[in-house]
Amino acid sequence: MSATAALWLLVLLPAIAGALLCLLPRAERVAGVVAVGVAAVSLVLAVVVAVAQPTAAVPFIAGAGFDLRVDGLSAILLPTVAAVTLLVLIFAAGDIREGRPRFYGLMLIFAAAALLTAVAGNLVTLLFAWEIMGATSYALIGFWWRDGHRLASGTTAFITTRAGDLGLYAAAGAALGGGAGLGLAALPDATAGWRDVVAAGILVAALGKAAQLPFSFWLSRAMDGPSPVSALLHSAAMVAMGGYLLLRAAPLLESTGWADTAAAWIGAATALLLGAVAVAQRDVKQLLAASTAAQLGFVVLAAGLSAQGAGVAHLVAHASTKAALFIAAGAWLTALGTRRLSSLAGAARRWRVLGVSASIAALALAGIPPLSLWATKDAVLTAALEESLWLYIVGLAASALSAVYAGKLIVAIWRRPDAQTATHYDEDERGTRHVGALESAPVAVLAAGAAVLGMLALPPLSGAVAQAIGQEPAAPGVWELVASGAIALVLVLAATRWRPPEPRWAADWLGLELAADRLLVRPTLRLADRLARVDDAGIDAAADGAATASLAIARRAASLDDAGIDAAADGAAAASLAIARGAASFDDRGVDRSVDGFARRIWRAGRDSARAQNGQLHHYYAQAVALLSVAVVLLLVIER
Amino acid sequence: MLSAIVFLPLVAALLLAVPAIPDRVARWIWVAVAAVDLALVAVVWANFEEPPEGQLAFEERLAWIPGVGASYHIGVDGLSLPLVGMTAIVFLACAIYALRDDDRPRIQAALFLFLQSVSLGVFVAADLILFFVFFDLSIVGMYFVIAGWGHGATAGRSALKFFLYTFLGSLALLLGFIGLYVSADTPTFDMVELVEMMPLQGEPVIGGAVLAAILIGLAVKTPTVPFHTWLPPAHTDAPAIGSAVLAGVLLKMGTYGFVRIAMPMLPEAWQDWAWPIIIVGVVSVLYGALVALAQRDVKRMVAYTSVNHMGYVVLAVGVAGLVGSGTDDARRLAIVGAETQMVSHGLITAALFLLVGVLRDRAGTYELSAYGGLAGPAPRLTTLFAIGAFASLGLPAFSGFIAEFQIFAGAVGTAPITAVALLGILLTAAMFLRAVQRLFAGETRGGSIGFRDLSATELWSAGPLLALSLLIGVLPRVILDVIEPAAATLVDLVGR
Repeated sequence: MSATAALWLLVLLPAIAGALLCLLPRAERVAGVVAVGVAAVSLVLAVVVAVAQPTAAVPFIAGAGFDLRVDGLSAILLPTVAAVTLLVLIFAAGDIREGRPRFYGLMLIFAAAALLTAVAGNLVTLLFAWEIMGATSYALIGFWWRDGHRLASGTTAFITTRAGDLGLYAAAGAALGGGAGLGLAALPDATAGWRDVVAAGILVAALGKAAQLPFSFWLSRAMDGPSPVSALLHSAAMVAMGGYLLLRAAPLLESTGWADTAAAWIGAATALLLGAVAVAQRDVKQLLAASTAAQLGFVVLAAGLSAQGAGVAHLVAHASTKAALFIAAGAWLTALGTRRLSSLAGAARRWRVLGVSASIAALALAGIPPLSLWATKDAVLTAALEESLWLYIVGLAASALSAVYAGKLIVAIWRRPDAQTATHYDEDERGTRHVGALESAPVAVLAAGAAVLGMLALPPLSGAVAQAIGQEPAAPGVWELVASGAIALVLVLAATRWRPPEPRWAADWLGLELAADRLLVRPTLRLADRLARVDDAGIDAAADGAATASLAIARRAASLDDAGIDAAADGAAAASLAIARGAASFDDRGVDRSVDGFARRIWRAGRDSARAQNGQLHHYYAQAVALLSVAVVLLLVIER
Repeated sequence: MLSAIVFLPLVAALLLAVPAIPDRVARWIWVAVAAVDLALVAVVWANFEEPPEGQLAFEERLAWIPGVGASYHIGVDGLSLPLVGMTAIVFLACAIYALRDDDRPRIQAALFLFLQSVSLGVFVAADLILFFVFFDLSIVGMYFVIAGWGHGATAGRSALKFFLYTFLGSLALLLGFIGLYVSADTPTFDMVELVEMMPLQGEPVIGGAVLAAILIGLAVKTPTVPFHTWLPPAHTDAPAIGSAVLAGVLLKMGTYGFVRIAMPMLPEAWQDWAWPIIIVGVVSVLYGALVALAQRDVKRMVAYTSVNHMGYVVLAVGVAGLVGSGTDDARRLAIVGAETQMVSHGLITAALFLLVGVLRDRAGTYELSAYGGLAGPAPRLTTLFAIGAFASLGLPAFSGFIAEFQIFAGAVGTAPITAVALLGILLTAAMFLRAVQRLFAGETRGGSIGFRDLSATELWSAGPLLALSLLIGVLPRVILDVIEPAAATLVDLVGR
């Protein structure tokens, strides 16, 4: 099989298998096996493709094919996405118990879209994959549709990220207007003004998907989805693709002179503020979600600094780390029926393999040496220090916060259970009190990744990564490594002694959803309601009024024609009666009645005309034909 | 060949006027004729090659009213053929959907076959008088569909409103046609000749007036804001297949008029008036989406999405008139997008109306609040409606994305300010997802209890329409290969 064929198959196999599963609701038994098999084949294909780095294209729209190309950056990402997909689907085999064909079908379509995103060579291909990720995310968050609020959360997630996606549409237009064409690599060539629009559009779209400020709140709502969904979409794949896009677009951002700085600061701010949000959470999935946004903040920061090597290393290491933690959280949720941190006490003691694996991942998340995120994050921070001290300080503070919330999580699961622990069991769903190998094994594999993937950011591998993506090799500075490692150690140890603060503003995700609701959603709905009323009462009434008026005139004319003088007399009488009535200060029953009668007649005439008897219609049609004839005569006359 | 395609349904309609034909036979005759007509269109499609500029493929021309320079002149090119195909498909879907109808099925079949003939006639006509005759007869046919088979106490009133409004619009159109006729060097109603002559080139005032008459006529039919208010009541009261044809096929006569008549015959006036047209398009996009968002009746909601979707087309054709700004590539892309949108909207909205019709058939109402949790009893309806909703909101892998991406890329690349219309696709997404949420999610309640899922005829009418949308969305070359050369020609013509 040629590498090009492997590339096509990599995208098409999960897409087609997924679509078929979605349409075969009776395939309940085989769905899991098929999906895991497809994911395994995809992983092999991803590795093949990453090594061979082929390109493939078919004609699509004018000026832009359906264009797939694998380069160093996507070569690193593809196996990551495929591997996490496989592990998550194995976990799901134990976790999802009904609606499996739909679940696995949507997950495979999602995986296909994520893989396609990573290899898209132009904006139309990218947008194609990008929005399918969003739509499958919607359907997966709302997977348990009987709980209406879950689908509503899916809607929030989709609408919020699509608001960002509009940027990609605008970017495509601007890329054309600026003469660069739709190819991603050529975007920096667009003429100046247009290039700014392209960069802004891509930036907004990526920030939306990566749950960066101010879009972060959708990720909180996304936690209403099943655990495997959070493990794949909201840690390793979809949000990660937002970071990936900015890494890919780093040269474009830099070429504008402002977009790179904007990305760097938004990333740093997200890392800091969402880190604080994570610290304040009492729900394990919410903590992980906020932490995801915060960790993606480091990737966005890296993109703004053109430190793609550090950024992609952090992206990959975080994917492994966070997928492990989300799967662990899902396993505890299934077993204990709760997402409450305080009720997870002893969970790590009860299920040791799962607990130890999750703890390794959490320690990596905290930035404890020598685990992965410690090195990758510092590679980013070293680049930040070269750019600006303030950026470095914000980033360092953010990494300190990650030690705090990771410490909080570790403490929660190792704490000895007390009398209060079991009171909240089964509050979210009926727990099984069971964790099997299908749950623990994927976490163990991912935790191993979380432990060692930091090598990507350290020599000698960092050099290979840099070479693969065509960059100068860069490694984290020794002092930065020492400083952040020490801070992380101290803070995790501190977390075992003291409870971190949980301020309201942080617990509520900075009030972002509330703000979006008050400032955007509600005014829009109010405007829509008002316009709908205007449409019925104003515009439509005007049309009706015009119709009624012309009917009245027609009726008047017709009656004149029919009854001649009689009608004229009637009209005159009616008019004088009306005047009389208007002027009269006395009540004349007779006059009143005849006016009423006349009004009733008019009204009835109007109603009869509106009743649309066939005769009436022919009447109009005849008039029209007459008009047509007049028109033809007219033009014949003009012609002479 | 084209004449056979156009008149085969009419002949069948006349045949079905015979009262002795039993209902069951009549229904199947309808399906068979629609299928044969579609097969004929497929043959034309397979043998189609874009004709050189100034000619049409499968051209036929006979003397008709030589005194006024009108002839029976028909033919197709890359702008009309996709619509001919879409029309034949939508009518076949309606015939299948109606297989279980028992309200005067013979007459209904005859009426729809008549409508099919005149609709196809509009899209193949190469003579303004012929176009006008077909255009007006479609209004008459649809009037009887709504008045005769509509539901609700107000069906007669809605039908009359539809008739008067669109008929009045068509008179404005006729006025414009006459204006074109009298100002041509050698007076003629022949479209091909008028395109070549460009009668009102260099006469901005009269040209503008004639264009205004044509635009008003087409704007009513399309419909654009503010001439759209006949649409919601007509849809609310029309039967499901009537709505499918009205939205799927009849609205396209308006937008087709832009690309077939207004733009190539009055290029200078079109350029002069490009911005007002763009503004009407953008307003239609946003206004249609917002008003749709506020609807509580799902059929009215889908009806308003047509205002939004046709707004994209108007925006795109307006942008094509901005000669001198942006690139030719961008304007060509906008036109290709507009034409794709016509086909796409025809397929998707027809499917949505067929599916929405099921709600009333089962539970007697279109009110969103009357349902909830429909996904339980009606998984097929849920799947198809969700697919239709996502297709309609422009999700990639469906035809709407191919259309809207090209429209927006072309429009923004020519006039960046038109990016405000992008909000339209966000609003439609919000609207459809709210509707999906209310109808299908949550506990099964109200009208959803005991809801019977899609029958085979419903599944096999709406399903293939959506499958075609998917086909175009994944393999757009099947249609773009036909559209692109014609769009390039049109951009050249309007740039004269």
